[in-house]
Amino acid sequence: MQSVSTLERVLRGTALSLVIFFFMFPIFWIFLMSFQTNETILRVPPSMVFEPTLTNYRSLISGTLEGSTATLEIRFMGNLYNSLFLSVTSVTVGLLLGVPAAYAFAKLKFRGSEDIAFTLLSFRFAPPLLVLLPLTIYFQKIGLADTYVGLIWVYQLIVLPLILWIVRGYFEDIPSDIEYAHRIAGHGFWSTFTKIALPLAGPGIAAAGLLAFIFAWNNFIFALVLASADKQPVTVGALAFITASGINYGQIAAGIMLSIAPTFALALYAQRYLVEGLSLGAVKG
Amino acid sequence: MSEAMLQISNVDKFYGPLDLGVHAVKNVSLDVARGDIIALLGSSGCGKTSTLRMIAGFEEVSRGSISIAGREVQTLPPVKRNVAMAFEGYSLYPTVTVRDNIAFALKSSGRPAAEIAEKVAEIAEMLEITDILERFPSSISGGQQQRASLARALIRDADLYLLDEPMGQLEPQLRTLLRGRIKYYIKERGLTAILVTHDQTEANALADKIAVMEDGEMQQYASPEEIKDAPANLFTGTFVGEPPMNVFQAQATASDKALVFALQDGSELSFPKSSFAAALHDRIVGLGKVTLGVRPYAVHRKETGAAARVLANQWLGDQSHIAAEFAGGALVLVEHDRAALAEGDQIAVQLDPEDLHIFDPRTGAAISHGASLVG
Repeated sequence: MQSVSTLERVLRGTALSLVIFFFMFPIFWIFLMSFQTNETILRVPPSMVFEPTLTNYRSLISGTLEGSTATLEIRFMGNLYNSLFLSVTSVTVGLLLGVPAAYAFAKLKFRGSEDIAFTLLSFRFAPPLLVLLPLTIYFQKIGLADTYVGLIWVYQLIVLPLILWIVRGYFEDIPSDIEYAHRIAGHGFWSTFTKIALPLAGPGIAAAGLLAFIFAWNNFIFALVLASADKQPVTVGALAFITASGINYGQIAAGIMLSIAPTFALALYAQRYLVEGLSLGAVKG
Repeated sequence: MSEAMLQISNVDKFYGPLDLGVHAVKNVSLDVARGDIIALLGSSGCGKTSTLRMIAGFEEVSRGSISIAGREVQTLPPVKRNVAMAFEGYSLYPTVTVRDNIAFALKSSGRPAAEIAEKVAEIAEMLEITDILERFPSSISGGQQQRASLARALIRDADLYLLDEPMGQLEPQLRTLLRGRIKYYIKERGLTAILVTHDQTEANALADKIAVMEDGEMQQYASPEEIKDAPANLFTGTFVGEPPMNVFQAQATASDKALVFALQDGSELSFPKSSFAAALHDRIVGLGKVTLGVRPYAVHRKETGAAARVLANQWLGDQSHIAAEFAGGALVLVEHDRAALAEGDQIAVQLDPEDLHIFDPRTGAAISHGASLVG
């Protein structure tokens, strides 16, 4: 028995290591690259032995990109700020609009509710470009092109359906009788929503918010089309690394490390909510 | 004369469009006097819970009106109806302790803390949940949750207390104890309560009046005694009573001195004409086909009786339930002594005319109980 369980443990450990290696190696490699110069990155054969340097990070933070032939100004920190601002604001707006809407779709069965909910979801079916091209013209006409407000609005196409559909499931899982019990005990609709429904759906709302944040953070196409340089997030700003004088891999790697840091930190912090939130049956009477 | 605390008038409930959807409650009317406990009794899907939820305000009333304490409430939200409810699924707030669950309504109405603590202690003691007051609902058993839910309803000051299957999860012993205590609690304070149950023992023990429901219709609304002695129709007769009433189809014919019921297997039950009032006699003969009902307690073994063959004999510790083949069907009789009978034994059973319930087989309506004509 003992030997079998040891073997099993070894096999399981090996399998886990393989999976972790498979998924983490690219990130680990990029992490290493971010501390190297272009010369050490591009040498053949590649090696893990090198003298670490912070120049990549330094130039990103100071905003000057030193190529082999010329010096280029980039707004990486500005892009990072834009990413943060756009994602946080979009998710906040998405939660403010999406959570009450999800509650309505879950608990108040009204005429056409399914159709409306499905329409909102269907925004995600269409290729983004199909929506974007006509939208660009509208936005230019009404003065929303190249504004944060316009971008946040368009970002709702990403975050709102996600929040709506995840949170709705959570509200549906709350037994209506718990809310009835609260309402019959002398509380109004709003009080029941805030005191009973919101806390019980809390893990689901946290999970939806987190996922929406990641999706918003990773969005590329909306900002590429609708925003000019000073409003662009890192995903678009990263294009600036491809310069006429070549590609600076070290700085790209450093840029990637900086741009995944916020979502990485958030995911690490909130992963217990994610697990709790995305596994159903979180609410039991 | 006590005033009506609850008046339900011609209430219909449709799930789906009016007159087209599922007709869950059909033209139900019922008055509950202040201080009464009534039970809505029926099998699942009979409309009793729908009725309760319409009173509470969780379901819309499709047609008709509901008044509580003289006030029409069918368009008011639950919060304005001043009713308390114990839910079948307990529905405790999972995020707070049992104590806070029970005290919730009192706290939000701003009662002093000392008064709340005293009331919680009193009701917790009555329902035997003092030891779990500081626990969370997820960590206690179903029976405990059910009692906590009951405490949360009973502690309030409300015009009407709605109890949906309030004791279904309790062990029999505790159930009997709490039934007594709850009835005392409600009666002592003069509260008005509506109990939904499928358990007729519970309805009989707690309720002043029972409303028997089936298929959305109220079959009978009367005291437990009346429902047992004078069921309004075949459904109530067979639904209430344990073991259920024995039922036979018969063809009635009159002779000079006797009223003869021909049973399905060709055998006959003959009673002296004098056992029946003249009007009843004529009614039965006029109908021809009738349904005879007789309670198992009212069937006796007697040598002069009709022949039957024992199918099974069970001793339940305090009574014998004997099932016998009779008139092409099964007849159940109850004896208080241990009967020395085995399968296949021949017995003779006596049915007395004063124990007969006679129903119209087409409508199911009762025609007579004993010798007296209904209506």
